[in-house]
Amino acid sequence: MKILVVCGSGLGSSFLIEMNIKKILQELGIEAEVDHADLGSAKGSGADILVGTRDIAMQLYEIGREVVSLDNMIDTESMKAKLVEAIEKLKKK
Amino acid sequence: MSFFKFLMNDILSQPAVLVGLMALIGLVAQKKPTEQVISGTVKTIIGFLILSGGANIVVGSLNYFGTMFQKGFNITGVVPNNEAIVALAIQKIGSQTALIMACGMLVNILIARFTRYKYIWLTGHHTFYMACMLAAILLAAGFEGFSLVLAGSILLGITMVVFPALAHPIMRQITGSDEVAFAHFGTVGYVLSGYIGKYFGDKSKTTEEIKMPKGLTFLRDNTVAIGVTMAIVYIITALFAGKSYVEQELSGGMNYIIFAIMQALTFSAGVYVILAGVRMILGEIVPAFRGIALKIVPDAKPALDCPVVYPYAPTAVLIGFIMSFIAGIVGMFILIAMKATVIIPGVVPHFFCGATAGVFGNATGGLRGAVLGAFAHGLLITFLPVWLMPVLGDLGFANTTFSDADFTVTGIITGNVARYFGSTGIFILIVLLLIILFVPTFMKKEGKNVQVRG
Repeated sequence: MKILVVCGSGLGSSFLIEMNIKKILQELGIEAEVDHADLGSAKGSGADILVGTRDIAMQLYEIGREVVSLDNMIDTESMKAKLVEAIEKLKKK
Repeated sequence: MSFFKFLMNDILSQPAVLVGLMALIGLVAQKKPTEQVISGTVKTIIGFLILSGGANIVVGSLNYFGTMFQKGFNITGVVPNNEAIVALAIQKIGSQTALIMACGMLVNILIARFTRYKYIWLTGHHTFYMACMLAAILLAAGFEGFSLVLAGSILLGITMVVFPALAHPIMRQITGSDEVAFAHFGTVGYVLSGYIGKYFGDKSKTTEEIKMPKGLTFLRDNTVAIGVTMAIVYIITALFAGKSYVEQELSGGMNYIIFAIMQALTFSAGVYVILAGVRMILGEIVPAFRGIALKIVPDAKPALDCPVVYPYAPTAVLIGFIMSFIAGIVGMFILIAMKATVIIPGVVPHFFCGATAGVFGNATGGLRGAVLGAFAHGLLITFLPVWLMPVLGDLGFANTTFSDADFTVTGIITGNVARYFGSTGIFILIVLLLIILFVPTFMKKEGKNVQVRG
């Protein structure tokens, strides 16, 4: 499973979210490849789950992958819940 | 002796190897498995080489732009872009930049550990850019070797704490929490916007009550945004430079408009490559820094990149961008009228920084605060680079420069102190700044004691 975190230039906020997601996955004992990138690179990345803050996520849906839209970059609890939900959905497919 | 020579000439003067070494130390310190240590170190070194490749793409396109602008308007035109200027600078001052970055991060940890300012700066690419800017300024002021790295790293560590501290009072209003701090080197502009909002704004009507068209959100895609806006700028410049000049002197016969578009898109391509390089350089260094810093400073406040505030006021983000960009265009015409170096409004700084200024202005002064604050911010980042360029040394003659407010403010202050008071001036400045950081910490402790006694 590949998770890609996306932000405007793919340097700062996506990287910080990536570090938090890695920590969450470790706690849950889930193995996944997590990376970060800019909006322009998201389409060709082949990731199973795309993660972004609400404003970025709006533009991720058209790619046709599972999308996690975060209302807030720093709330790791809701990040965890949304991530688990996306992973469950992915398993059912 | 020959080993020492090898160490100095072939290791410490090779910036790519230096950043690789930083990653290596970080990975080993975190006790990562061997295969991760190897892959992380190699990726970091390759990241640096990618960065240099991107610089070569950008520099060609910028040179054509500079020549056309000079011919068309008879003045120098500059496109502020952090990525481009850093990639150019790194060719010559890469080692100094890498050393200042590594030691500067340690200074950040030390200041956070021993003062009441617990900020840990996690926006790694801005650490890198600030290290580069300080290296350029100090080199132009005559610093070299050990004293350059010493002064540069202490100054870098100070900026990594001072700017989050300046932003924090408004940051608390935005997020409603004390936990998260703000790390983006545009703080002076955001705080200015916040103050304008406070004194001239009207909190009763916020930006979030109005609806904005979603059409502009495609500009969040950096590559597209730079490509489209630069194409417009290059086409206008080519029109003024003239068809015959461009086709005879520059394009080798290619139609001048097509040539302008291709060069503008080449600029965007170069920035994309540079960003990929920066991402790879930071891939191992930032998590290592975060891990080590949070261990040493248990009550640390992680300071995060500017998009952290966007979800709190998405409409202010768009209004901020538009107002800042309009101010950039107004500022450009003022500079043309003054026959000064012309700063072309870059879409990236106006988007990221303008948007943030909008959120800060909205937090203190609602819609009016966001509009006025972001407009002031746009003027600020148009005029500041003009004053920065003379103290940048050789780098001041490039057709690009640092864009965000804290780079320019820090550069103008340290550059002019160095110019008028020499290296003594720089060290006095450092001591003063450290006193400002340390003194309130101890006063606070005494204050607590008094309270206990009372």
